[in-house]
Amino acid sequence: MPKRIVIVGGGAGGTITANLLARNLHYQLINGEVVINMITDTPNHVYQPGFLYVVFDKVRSDEIIRKQRDLLDSHVNLFVDAAEKIDRDNKVVITKGGKEFPYDYLVVATGSRIVPEEIPGLSEGGHWFYSLDGAKKLRDSLKDFDGGRVVISTGVPHKCPVAPLEITFMLYDYFKQKNMLDKVEIYYTYPINRLHALEPVSNWTIPQFESKGIKYEVLFNMEEVDPAKKVLKSMEGSELHYDLLITVPPHSGSKVIEDSGMGKKGWVATDKQTLNNAGYDNVYVVGDTTDIPISKAGSTAHFEADVVAERLSSQVLEGCASTRYDGKVVCFVETGFDEATYVWFNYKTPPRPTPPSKMLHWMKLGYNRLYWLSAKGVL
Amino acid sequence: MADLKIDKTVDARGAACPGPLMELIKTMKSEEVGTVIEILSSEKGTTVDAPAWLKKVGQELVRVEERGDHWSIVAKKIK
Repeated sequence: MPKRIVIVGGGAGGTITANLLARNLHYQLINGEVVINMITDTPNHVYQPGFLYVVFDKVRSDEIIRKQRDLLDSHVNLFVDAAEKIDRDNKVVITKGGKEFPYDYLVVATGSRIVPEEIPGLSEGGHWFYSLDGAKKLRDSLKDFDGGRVVISTGVPHKCPVAPLEITFMLYDYFKQKNMLDKVEIYYTYPINRLHALEPVSNWTIPQFESKGIKYEVLFNMEEVDPAKKVLKSMEGSELHYDLLITVPPHSGSKVIEDSGMGKKGWVATDKQTLNNAGYDNVYVVGDTTDIPISKAGSTAHFEADVVAERLSSQVLEGCASTRYDGKVVCFVETGFDEATYVWFNYKTPPRPTPPSKMLHWMKLGYNRLYWLSAKGVL
Repeated sequence: MADLKIDKTVDARGAACPGPLMELIKTMKSEEVGTVIEILSSEKGTTVDAPAWLKKVGQELVRVEERGDHWSIVAKKIK
């Protein structure tokens, strides 16, 4: 009987894990000693950071979508189906299509999703760029926008924590290029008492905003949108009129997690170093799905996937695992259309943003193309 | 305080991003009314920031406690 590895989810975390495992376990896969099955609910793989560029017509949708099958090592079996129940006691995943996938080892990479419906009125009155459709809708609204107050607001929790700043800086350059800065007020809000979760990034942002005339309000958590009056209300009691509302909606984990009793709101209890689901040595969690208090971001998923693949390979081959995740996260931060900075940090090292440069912006644009190599486990 | 029953603890020590206050907001939103939530933070600033936010949104601060290299902030969701 081969050892069976099931990976639920085909986003960045699941795909990188699958391809690294296929490389580490190449001979065992060929000899039939190991089987890797991936279950994902879509045949396509989407590079989600590309949505930001779709808003400004700088990337077309066909540039950020690939066939999942084309990204996976040929020894990984792909099943396009939705996982409906994960039964950890009986070590089996049951799909919507009625199939059962027994496993010896499980990787949970079910990701996160936006839940704008948690904020009354947001779906009717607000925009977002965390889905392809949303990014295109915002792109079209921006083209028709003839001036007024643009409010940017961020829900909790959310993934890609630098995106609210990036969209704000890029909006400034967008309106500048259109000679509309005198007709537009950009108003940025943020849930905690600074401009970004990372204090050094926040400190760097303040003079940037002030020199650009970008207004801001902190301790602002979206509570309700009144689309008729174009007013956004916060939990803290503030009310903001808007002409264009751009949000990062709150996020939730996958429904299958809650349906399987694996974690409230779809977040799975995860050891911050071993990435094991708490209490299950044969279950790993990777990417946005974890409940680790760390950035939900593609790079987090990538670095976690490196660790999970190493640990799981060692478990299969040697019966033990020692690699540990150190909390590493790396994020490029677009500071407009022409420059970018980046931050990296881990559990012990705080971030120190470097001065923005054209070179970093080009590196970010380059990585947008190179991502497919990351997904394949090459980069 | 010895008999304080904590329903949910979030260990945000060393969590630079999204950070302890964002974790408190997230947990406050997802838990039921009546839940007692503890946030562990290695940032001293959380002992000021979290109570300030709790006061602003009308939630209850139960206690702030120093524990050597970190702090425990306990709040109760009351509405």
